[in-house]
Amino acid sequence: MKPAPFEYHRPGTVEEALAVLARHSGDAKPLAGGQSLIPAMNFRLARPAVLVDLNRIPALAGIRGSADGLRIGAMTRQRAVERDATVARDAPLVAEALPHIAHPQIRTRGTVGGSLAHADPAAELPAVMVALDATFDLVGPRGRRSIAATEFYTGLFTTALAPDELLVEIAIPRPAPRSGSAFVEVARRHGDYALAGVAAVVALDDAGRCRAARIALLSVGDGPVLARKAAQAITGESLTAEAIKGAADAAASQDIDPPGDIHASAAYRRQLVGVLVRRALQRACERARSH
Amino acid sequence: MAPPPRLVGKRVLRNEDARLLTGRALFVDDVRLEGMLHVAFLRSEHAHARLKRIDVSAARRRPGVVAVYTAADLGDYWRPGPLLVPPPPIPGLEFHACTQVPLVKDKSRHVGEPIAMVVAESRYVAEDALADITLDVEPLAAVVDLEAALSRGAPLVHEQLKSNRAAHVIQKKGDYDAARAAAHKVITRRFLYDRGISAAIENRAVAARWDARAEELTVWDTTQAPIPIRNGLAAMLGLLESQVRVIAPFVGGGFGPKIMMFYPEEVLVPWAAMRLGRPVKWTEDRRENFTATTQERGQVHDAELAVAKDGKILGVKDVFLHDSGAYDSYGLTVPINSQCTLLGPYDVPNYYTEFTAVFTNKTLVTPVRGAGRQHGVFVMERLLDFAARALGLDRLEIRRRNYLPPGAFPFNNEIIFQDSAPLVYDSGDYAPALEDAARMIGYEKFVREEQPRLRVAGRHVGVGVVSYIEGTGIGPYEGARVTIEPSGRVRVATGVGTQGQGHFTAFAQIVADVLDVPVEGVHVVTGDTREFNWGTGTFASRGAVVAGTACHAAAVAVRDKIVAVATRVLNQPPEKLELAGGRVTVKGAKDDGISYGALATRANPLRGAVKPGTEPGLEATAYYGPDRGSTASGVHAMIVEVDPETAMVEIQRYVVVHDCGKLINPMIVEGQIQGGVAHGIGNAFYEQLVYDDTGQLQNASFMDYLLPTATDVPRVEIAHRETPSPLNPIGLKGVGEAGCIPTGAAFAQAVEDALADFGVEITEIPLSPDKLFDLLKKTRPKKRNVVVLEGSFVFAGPRAAVWDLLQDPAVLGTALPGAMRLERTGDGHYDGLMKVGIGPVTAAEFSVRITLRDREPPARYGMIVEGKGSFGFTRGTAQVALADHKSGTEMTYRAEVQVGGTIAGVGQRLLDSVARRMTKQGLEALNKALAARL
Repeated sequence: MKPAPFEYHRPGTVEEALAVLARHSGDAKPLAGGQSLIPAMNFRLARPAVLVDLNRIPALAGIRGSADGLRIGAMTRQRAVERDATVARDAPLVAEALPHIAHPQIRTRGTVGGSLAHADPAAELPAVMVALDATFDLVGPRGRRSIAATEFYTGLFTTALAPDELLVEIAIPRPAPRSGSAFVEVARRHGDYALAGVAAVVALDDAGRCRAARIALLSVGDGPVLARKAAQAITGESLTAEAIKGAADAAASQDIDPPGDIHASAAYRRQLVGVLVRRALQRACERARSH
Repeated sequence: MAPPPRLVGKRVLRNEDARLLTGRALFVDDVRLEGMLHVAFLRSEHAHARLKRIDVSAARRRPGVVAVYTAADLGDYWRPGPLLVPPPPIPGLEFHACTQVPLVKDKSRHVGEPIAMVVAESRYVAEDALADITLDVEPLAAVVDLEAALSRGAPLVHEQLKSNRAAHVIQKKGDYDAARAAAHKVITRRFLYDRGISAAIENRAVAARWDARAEELTVWDTTQAPIPIRNGLAAMLGLLESQVRVIAPFVGGGFGPKIMMFYPEEVLVPWAAMRLGRPVKWTEDRRENFTATTQERGQVHDAELAVAKDGKILGVKDVFLHDSGAYDSYGLTVPINSQCTLLGPYDVPNYYTEFTAVFTNKTLVTPVRGAGRQHGVFVMERLLDFAARALGLDRLEIRRRNYLPPGAFPFNNEIIFQDSAPLVYDSGDYAPALEDAARMIGYEKFVREEQPRLRVAGRHVGVGVVSYIEGTGIGPYEGARVTIEPSGRVRVATGVGTQGQGHFTAFAQIVADVLDVPVEGVHVVTGDTREFNWGTGTFASRGAVVAGTACHAAAVAVRDKIVAVATRVLNQPPEKLELAGGRVTVKGAKDDGISYGALATRANPLRGAVKPGTEPGLEATAYYGPDRGSTASGVHAMIVEVDPETAMVEIQRYVVVHDCGKLINPMIVEGQIQGGVAHGIGNAFYEQLVYDDTGQLQNASFMDYLLPTATDVPRVEIAHRETPSPLNPIGLKGVGEAGCIPTGAAFAQAVEDALADFGVEITEIPLSPDKLFDLLKKTRPKKRNVVVLEGSFVFAGPRAAVWDLLQDPAVLGTALPGAMRLERTGDGHYDGLMKVGIGPVTAAEFSVRITLRDREPPARYGMIVEGKGSFGFTRGTAQVALADHKSGTEMTYRAEVQVGGTIAGVGQRLLDSVARRMTKQGLEALNKALAARL
């Protein structure tokens, strides 16, 4: 379990990093927290010819609150986000999801951007960002561009990020008034890849009906899955137990075509999605009502 | 006479912890010697394959590579390993010994079996060179399932045998058939128990140095049995035993697989060090550990229990299959433990037990903590649970009615145990342990009040209470030497190795009590053949019992010597002497005395004479060899809550009442129990080695092989009972394995109890949420170990055109993601090259071969797609049918995908998604090609 030979660069600025990526187009891999990449290299499944270590680029880390919402630098450690008071206030869904990611040791190294760009279908953060309708800022030789999280994920471990681009910042909009969110997942052990998980955001109108809902699922598709049918089922509805159950059933039966593996059959994943969407919506509604 | 215990029985802090906690303990991987070389092994990716050709020339040419060895390079050194444990003398026993080989010569028999050894300047280079080796292998059908293995026409793991039957054993007590005929009820079930790994925190490691001037070989080895390894290596290498020193330093966990001896790596590393004249080291990595270190627990039991109306056991019949893996070097220890431990603490007057050990194309099976005992306990305890239900009896009551009474001991079970001695329980007192456990867990209140109250509130909680016994402390023998040095410090040397059991403290407590010295002043040395020449090893919960008793005997002999020398030096009769605090004093004259250190010097004079019939020094060596083992016992009780919607289980409480005779150090015993329970919880609910039909291990990393962590294992509430063993002077019984033995049975009973409303019956361990989901839904569990793709696709074109398209290599190539080329090499045969990568997996070249068969144009065909690359291989078999459709042609397909190599071990989580994606992409590409053509 030793990696194949590789060339190592440790740039101090984003520009330098981009220059190295451009020079080794396709053969270079950015190294963020390394919690997925390094094990893959040790198994010799990942064999990047060039590693571009982003850990010494101070400009890439940090959390900023603004009137529009929250901006999180891609290299901000997951643990820092987990403990940040602004995040807890302005993006409670992020704060709620973070402790489910692996273990404190891993979150201390692991970065927000690293997880988002890695695009593991079982990862918590991509689903959270899809549920929050976050925007990702990418920079590359062609300049800077913003892309919605939903558009960013294009398939299994596949994103809109070009090989010569870097994900540099994540923008999370402020929570809508009278909204609530919830994150729930089922994992074999705390910190494992979830068998299924749900990130849900619900906003209420003045009558207490669901004005808008975004429900994102993890571990049941090629990437984060936006459960559109489930959201449709409750949008404009009073959030009764039956309405919520209807949305949960829609998620389980229409929004997903889950894979099976040695830990969970497709049928079991479907069952979990139904249960977890129901529980997440219940909790999100309670929180929205209490606002 | 030794004084009454002062330290034995006390929670003495461990002597070794300062060294361990501050990183000053030596582990094998810490051995770094000048000029040291490093080793990587090329291992079989196939479970069963003929090795036709191997070419290592490119690897030998790689800079930094010092040597590459194949089976052919070993010459006479290539020979199968010894049969480590010959089967016991059971009448009618059939046993076929097929032991492991150092490197694959003609065929590989399990994934992970070593084929070639690369020795290089660094481990990195050695691993780089593995990719330079080319193999020509012919994959053979693998033997995986135990019943299929014994069917007519099954492929053979060892061709020289006529079947895959490794052994067949029948043991009987009384007349089961008569008991069955007289029974009120007969409970019959099939029970499954599956494999896990031992998961020691330190994997195996071997380092060796040949000192050509001293003509001495030093081997550092993570073995549990350094002395037998020394003896065996000396014989294999043609050296005197005194020329070989084997050191088993601190070892990060043994758990059984390190008692397996003469692993290929253990035999090859010292040989290479001698041949190359440079130190050589190999440290097993975790990936290797999953397939190259021995495993345990695959058995299938068909069992029945005959009971009287009052719940009294009339007899038990158990017929089972035992998975031996590819080689059976460790004999029959595991299945014999299963059949002997099944009887438990119960009076079973009639017993029929029969097993067949089966060779399979899986990693070798040797004892892993519990060593077959959990299977027996699981079968018996589950049968009692089902019998209690059938008779309307309380679960505890049926156990109470069947316990052996305290006056029954010694109790002869009339069958033969793993140590070749009759299975005789030395002592025990079973019923009080059950009452203690029931009281601690609050059984009555739970069953009468809490459970019904919570059930009304929609919560599903359950309790499990089970009993077990454990045969511990078997022979043949261990020894110890106790020396008092002139400094007054006491040195104890013993032959057993140590893997975290607290030997440095437990043995010190025993010796310190006998000699009346402080425990910190007793320095224990284990696992170094230069320090002690005789012994077997640490296994079978025997270290404390056997080596501990030898330490005791040696200390008593040294005490006698102290008295003898002091009698002379102080000129006082022995009865006037007192030994305390490391000094000998004269009764009534506390100031008149002499320290042990001074006596040690007097006992080893530079001038004068050591009298005939006496020996110099204050030193003695003693041995202890019990005729048979001592029998520990206990009761485990647990409370669980199950969420029937998610099939997740939470363990709320865990109680252990344990009786290992006289306790040396309750703190160490409790540590053993807590750790054992964690291991047992893993076996019960988290850990399972999943093999597919081709013998590929599908969860070969800690990503998919789930060890319970601190958040999954509750703090175990432990109470002790002490029923001393009459077989040794302190009254010791073993405890190392006990914690994990009944856990599966307790877990199954508790989960079943929690889900009583659903009528779930649990006869299989390990469980998992996925399996519980199937039980709850009463769905027939789907095969988990194969990816099945089923679907249909509509091509926008007529059937004949689609058919032609599917035969055209140029078009087929476009359907293969990343195809670089594809050529027709014969009718229905295509060869090509593709480059595939996904996400974190860097694109790598795969050679690909497609074979079309059973073609019925333009309606249906079969297809085999085989790919081979640096991280493994894949084989897909598909059935494809074409039918006319209103918008063109509908293809329906069903494919099974199997993978091998690294992707099989660590890629399972994504396999389904990847296969689906590639299928979808391929079909869309074909449709596009069709559109272009029409």
